[in-house]
Amino acid sequence: MDDLRQHLQVAGDEEVKISARNCQVFYGDTHAIKDVDVDILDKTVTAFIGPSGCGKSTFLRCLNRMNDTIDVARVEGEILMDGENIYDKKVDPVQLRAKVGMVFQKPNPFPKSIYDNVSYGPKIHGLARNKAELDEIVERSLRRAALWDEVKDRLQTPGTGLSGGQQQRLCIARAVATEPEVLLMDEPASALDPIATAQIEELIDELKQNYSVVIVTHSMQQAARVSQKTAFFHLGNLVEYDDTGTIFTNPQDPRTESYITGRIG
Amino acid sequence: MTLAPFVILLLAAAVGYAINIQAARAIRSNGVRLHSLEGFHGLFSLLLVIVPVLTLVLLWLALEGGVINRLLMASLPDGVLDGLDSGAVQLIGAEIRSIAGGRIFGTPEDWKLEAADRLIAYRQTSAWLLVIVVVLVSAALVFFARGKVAAEFRARQGVERITLGLMVFCAVVAIFTTIGIVAALTFETIKFFQLVPVTEFLFGTNWEPQIPIREDQIAAEGAFGAVPVFLGTIVIATVALVVAVPVGLLSAIYLNEFAPHAFRKVVKPILEVLAGVPTVVYGFFAILVVAPAIRQFGQSIGLDVASNTALAAGGVMGIMLIPFISSFADDALSAVPQSLRDGALALGATRGEMMMNVVFPAAIPGIVGGVLLAVSRAIGETMIVVMAAGLIARMTINPLDSVTAVTVQIVTLLIGDTAFDNPKTLAAFALGMMLFLATLVINVFALRIVRKYREIYD
Repeated sequence: MDDLRQHLQVAGDEEVKISARNCQVFYGDTHAIKDVDVDILDKTVTAFIGPSGCGKSTFLRCLNRMNDTIDVARVEGEILMDGENIYDKKVDPVQLRAKVGMVFQKPNPFPKSIYDNVSYGPKIHGLARNKAELDEIVERSLRRAALWDEVKDRLQTPGTGLSGGQQQRLCIARAVATEPEVLLMDEPASALDPIATAQIEELIDELKQNYSVVIVTHSMQQAARVSQKTAFFHLGNLVEYDDTGTIFTNPQDPRTESYITGRIG
Repeated sequence: MTLAPFVILLLAAAVGYAINIQAARAIRSNGVRLHSLEGFHGLFSLLLVIVPVLTLVLLWLALEGGVINRLLMASLPDGVLDGLDSGAVQLIGAEIRSIAGGRIFGTPEDWKLEAADRLIAYRQTSAWLLVIVVVLVSAALVFFARGKVAAEFRARQGVERITLGLMVFCAVVAIFTTIGIVAALTFETIKFFQLVPVTEFLFGTNWEPQIPIREDQIAAEGAFGAVPVFLGTIVIATVALVVAVPVGLLSAIYLNEFAPHAFRKVVKPILEVLAGVPTVVYGFFAILVVAPAIRQFGQSIGLDVASNTALAAGGVMGIMLIPFISSFADDALSAVPQSLRDGALALGATRGEMMMNVVFPAAIPGIVGGVLLAVSRAIGETMIVVMAAGLIARMTINPLDSVTAVTVQIVTLLIGDTAFDNPKTLAAFALGMMLFLATLVINVFALRIVRKYREIYD
């Protein structure tokens, strides 16, 4: 606990975007997430690492209430975003998800044109008043996702026709098009080749200027490369949460050390 | 007696199986490595006996009757068949057969009684011959199979070849049956078009398939314009689809995405039960409940409604098609990957928006395929329209009027005493051919669409 308190002081200098308190998740009878307390900072990349089945993706899906779509999932405790509990009855999960974008492990572009993929979010949330504004949002989002130059001449071709890396960047463009404040990424590069992975990582680094980015990853190298903060999950517990440098060079918990040196996984 | 060859055959197969397994085991217990396991040696003998002998027995039983009949006719005293046409000769054969079966009417001539005795003798000889042949061939095959057992004999490959042959045969049976049906239909259709011009059938707007039964009967020369008949089918099928497509699709969407798990678990099986209701029961429902209700309602608001309306037949047919379309659409919606749903929800789409904008468009090819298959079922459906639609072909698209359907006309044309050499009867085949072609085109089209869409997500 000492190191957590120490970290909270550091966090005090920067703005806390999301803070979870006593967060529990149950899948039916399985207790998937146990007592997780964490503060996620604004304009920072936070990485969740840990062995398979440790609950890092489950916790990520709590942050935009995607667990609501699973019938047997139940979330307890508090998750505050800008001081407001997102599990409060008066919060509409649909509006929350517009503020908290998400990118999935496998690229999942809709079977529509590139343009329609990106403009879908703005359309359903009424972010553009006319076609010109919509065009502008699409261009800005594709530029942010570093995809504009590759697709600007074929916006009307199907998004599913792009390469895997391009599809994933299209999904990132689609997520940033709704002007979210937080971007959740669930192993965004695990289905991609090394070159596409490098492009995505570079992109994540740029995205942190505007958003709070939370990334789940299996690759410790990736976590070390892109994140400033790292949280290590094990068997549903948040074992350790600190600056990425500290976690990888001077972990406090023996479990963290075992994991990053490859003894458990 | 007919059972005996089959029993012998099964016994021989079992014996061959046991002998070969024993022989293979003996080789193995001597420490020699077998190429194939003992079971394959046994199966090899089993299949080697069953397949050829069963074919032989079935062929024998199929051809026996014809051969015996020919022998019998040849053995009749000279002169009794002179001057008789083929129909009368067949009658005499039938009479002899019923005498042999113990059904004697009146006092038949002596030569018929003698012939009946000969027939019984022929039959017994044939039965004994069959038993002897089966015993000999089975024994020969069992010995042959036993002789094959050796360490290096590839029994597994042998079994696989025979099984493969059986599978090919079964696959080919279905294809050849279809070809046979199409050929029969084609020949009769050609005969019909020799009597009635193709253009009259395809473009004529008058359907009165009456012909004089006797030479001197005063009857209209029949008219064979199929347009009003097909129009009737189209009207009924359209009504059916107007009912079935929206209801089926909306129920599929609800069950697939919105229904609570418990509700879905109850309703889906019920919908499938609905799909299993015999169409004749739907026919009752149409004629006893729906048609009178429509007529009464129409009359109460001052409309002239026929008693057997296209609306009643089509509406009930639509109810029949609801589970069909619904289950097809449900499959298509379920095939849309969860990742697309998650993607839409994570963008802040409501479930409704997700369904409308992402899942449903992605499922459209599959749904269209299902609807097209429903169309071909609607135009081929017979029992409901026979019971609930009219018989008179009218050139109308008014669903409150009585119309007839292609299948109804085929049924009525073929009912009763009809000779197969006049246009009235042959017209049924021409209609059937047209119906076959229409459903064939629709099915091919539908299956192509369904296949194309499967490639996208697999």
